[in-house]
Amino acid sequence: MVSKRIIPCLDVRDGRVVKGVNFEGIQDMADPVDMARWYNETGADELVFYDITASVEGRALFTDILRAVASEIFIPLTVGGGINALEDFDRVLKCGADKVSVNSGAIKDPSLIGAAAKRYGDQCVVLSMDVKRVDGEFKVFAKGGRENTGINAISWARRGEELGAGEIVLNSIDTDGVRGGFDMPMLRAIGEAVTIPVVASGGAGCMEDFSELFKYDRVDAGLAAGIFHTKKVIISDLKRYLAGCGVNVRLEEDKWS
Amino acid sequence: MIAIIDYGVGNLFSLSSSLSFLGLDCRVTSRKEDLEDADKIILPGVGAFGDAMERLIKTGLVDTIREQAEKKPLLGICLGMQLLFEKSYEYGEHEGLGLIRGVVAPLAADINPDLKVPHMGWNSLHIIKDDPIFRYFRNGELVYYVHSYYAKNCKESTLGVSQYDVPVAGLVRSGLVYGAQFHPEKSGDAGLRLLRGFADLY
Repeated sequence: MVSKRIIPCLDVRDGRVVKGVNFEGIQDMADPVDMARWYNETGADELVFYDITASVEGRALFTDILRAVASEIFIPLTVGGGINALEDFDRVLKCGADKVSVNSGAIKDPSLIGAAAKRYGDQCVVLSMDVKRVDGEFKVFAKGGRENTGINAISWARRGEELGAGEIVLNSIDTDGVRGGFDMPMLRAIGEAVTIPVVASGGAGCMEDFSELFKYDRVDAGLAAGIFHTKKVIISDLKRYLAGCGVNVRLEEDKWS
Repeated sequence: MIAIIDYGVGNLFSLSSSLSFLGLDCRVTSRKEDLEDADKIILPGVGAFGDAMERLIKTGLVDTIREQAEKKPLLGICLGMQLLFEKSYEYGEHEGLGLIRGVVAPLAADINPDLKVPHMGWNSLHIIKDDPIFRYFRNGELVYYVHSYYAKNCKESTLGVSQYDVPVAGLVRSGLVYGAQFHPEKSGDAGLRLLRGFADLY
């Protein structure tokens, strides 16, 4: 059967990997190409690149980096950030992305999901959602977590699936960068509502957080940034640990190529 | 030289990068002469069967592919693998290249409805018939799949399967024609080793 995936996420701004806490307080971390290579070597199952660059020059720089990464990394590559139209899909797919993640762009124009799924296939369209509790209800936030759209997260996830998204990434704003574990109540609430693969994001602080996460079978992948970037958790160690806990993961032992 | 057929379907960047990374000479092409000059041919592809077949026909390469497939190893990847079969039932009924016996049918109709479609992610490839393409590959290694349709009635050509409620034909072969339902160029080290195995054939 399909193994559970471990996915490091690289937020790239002005050609560097950066990381914030609760979507704020951004720090410079490393060179994206070096980091991608390191993750490829230590057994990441997939890489996610988010372009958090505001300017046009930044976007061009990001495209160059993407191409550099894609030419050396032989695992699936998902790209997000600033995807508002089919042309944006085209731009990143041509640079070697396998999947494209939409967030604010799909909130603004939900038909983008269907149009992209029709042109590139369901498997190519990832709906990324930034979710936060507001008065006891899970709400979808836009613009990098800054704007409450007022949309109920469970209905948005369902709608995304109906429109043709092939996978869903659930980012918890409440647990992001806090390193106190994944947001299990939110993941369960939305995980029950959809049948497409679910990627959990936000809150991983240690290896045990991942073994807890995968006890909930509807989660297909765990995504994290900070703990992997700082090498607090090394992916190859994490996967050996998870295998020991009985989680089905891909182990890359001694390589021979 | 390995010729990668360009017929406007899918992302050829990772595939050519993988081959270059392995130090193999490759050419992304839609020229008949390149297919004739090549030692080996790869037919890639993502998207829908009908549309892809139509585009392939428009390149005018179909006869050349059929001819060359008798002389040198050819590898179809993902949708490129499905095109090798006789027929597909993806959105209607479409004729394939017919280089391998069997049909392409929706996975959802044959598996437990609780399982997610597309079959997406890393799954173990079990070798059921040994072959030189497995020279650098170990039985049971994980490879990366993304597909909603799968090859059926192709028992005699199946070299390796992955279990997704039903056994999914992961790697098939008929004569010099090979097909991989998974993406070797996205399957990490194990995938690169399979591509090396293909490059080393004959």
